[in-house]
Amino acid sequence: MRLRTMEISVGLFIMAGIAALFLLALEVSGLSLRPTEKTYKLYAEFNDVGGLRVRGKVSLAGVTIGRVSNIYLDGRSIKAVVEMDIDANVDYLSKDSIAVVSTAGLLGEKYINVSIGGDEDALEPGDFFDSTQSALNLEKLISDFATSKL
Amino acid sequence: MLDFLQRTGKKGLLSVASLGRAGLFLVRSLTGVPGWKGVPLFIKQLHSIGVLSLVIIIVSGLFIGMVLGLQGYNILVDYGSEQAIGQMIALTLVRELGPVVTALLFAGRAGSALTAEIGLMKATEQLSSLEMMGVDPLKQIVAPRLAAGFVAMPLLAMIFSVVGVWGGMMVGVDWLGVYEGSFWGNMQSAVDFQEDVLNGVVKSVVFGVVCTWIAVFQGYDSVPTSEGISAATTKTVVYSSLAVLGLDFILTAVMFGDF
Repeated sequence: MRLRTMEISVGLFIMAGIAALFLLALEVSGLSLRPTEKTYKLYAEFNDVGGLRVRGKVSLAGVTIGRVSNIYLDGRSIKAVVEMDIDANVDYLSKDSIAVVSTAGLLGEKYINVSIGGDEDALEPGDFFDSTQSALNLEKLISDFATSKL
Repeated sequence: MLDFLQRTGKKGLLSVASLGRAGLFLVRSLTGVPGWKGVPLFIKQLHSIGVLSLVIIIVSGLFIGMVLGLQGYNILVDYGSEQAIGQMIALTLVRELGPVVTALLFAGRAGSALTAEIGLMKATEQLSSLEMMGVDPLKQIVAPRLAAGFVAMPLLAMIFSVVGVWGGMMVGVDWLGVYEGSFWGNMQSAVDFQEDVLNGVVKSVVFGVVCTWIAVFQGYDSVPTSEGISAATTKTVVYSSLAVLGLDFILTAVMFGDF
């Protein structure tokens, strides 16, 4: 009997450890068990993504609708291309939507803010955003101001 | 002067010899894994090393997470970025404090007990009577304890991290009023599973091996008197703590350093 309770407690201990690993994976690091089937991809070209990172948020009206899945440089246009996984439920982004690289708070993380336009047609999977606005670069802004370009 | 040189040399040789004994000891007890017959022994050890350490691990994890929440909030609120508290708590716990503090507590709670137990077995000549009966004490006594330590330490470290994150959330979200969505959102976008969580697990595995090895070897190698056992227990805690902190720096430099 004594051995049985010990075995049960050890079993519970091992289960708790494995459950802890799952919690760390799913809740803390945001790893998703579901594959990417419920999202679709959109692309946007920016002159400057300054500080935007893979797995950064894509938000619409302050609500997260997707994540940045890849950022790379397009060799021909010399622009940064941002690949986004957008939630499949959000299929009503109009064709003239604007993607803006914004900052949460003064020093917060960079994310992509989508402002919706008025077009009837929605963006299809694999489409590019027509118009984008790059990250606000404080140093550039200050140097422009100092050389009185503004 | 010559006397001093002689003493230093003797000390150096002694420590090299004991390192060599420790290495041989590890290899011999690991190669002699008893197979299925050893499973009940292993479970018994896992109970006394792992399950009985749970309380101290959970309580310390909870309080460390809560302190991180409070301190982080007080620092970050000055910059108006208290939402970043989630990523701060999670990264600190998963990368560093989880494995390191768990290993230090583990050395104090389980390591010292292992040393004292095996040391007393040696002092009361239980180990030599086992040998007399034709049972290898390395297989019967040492191997199950080593294996249990290797398994228990990573599990404890993960439980510590989870409880710590929960404690931090309790203070940050429920008490200080950080918005829950950005708490988890910031955390999930900053913490990477392979980079952070798995590297933390690797750290805790390394610490588990080192702590258990030191503890069991110190007991096995102790002078079989009451002073000898007390000195061996002290050595276990001191050596384990130093080894954990030193190794942590090296592992961090290898895992997270940019060079």
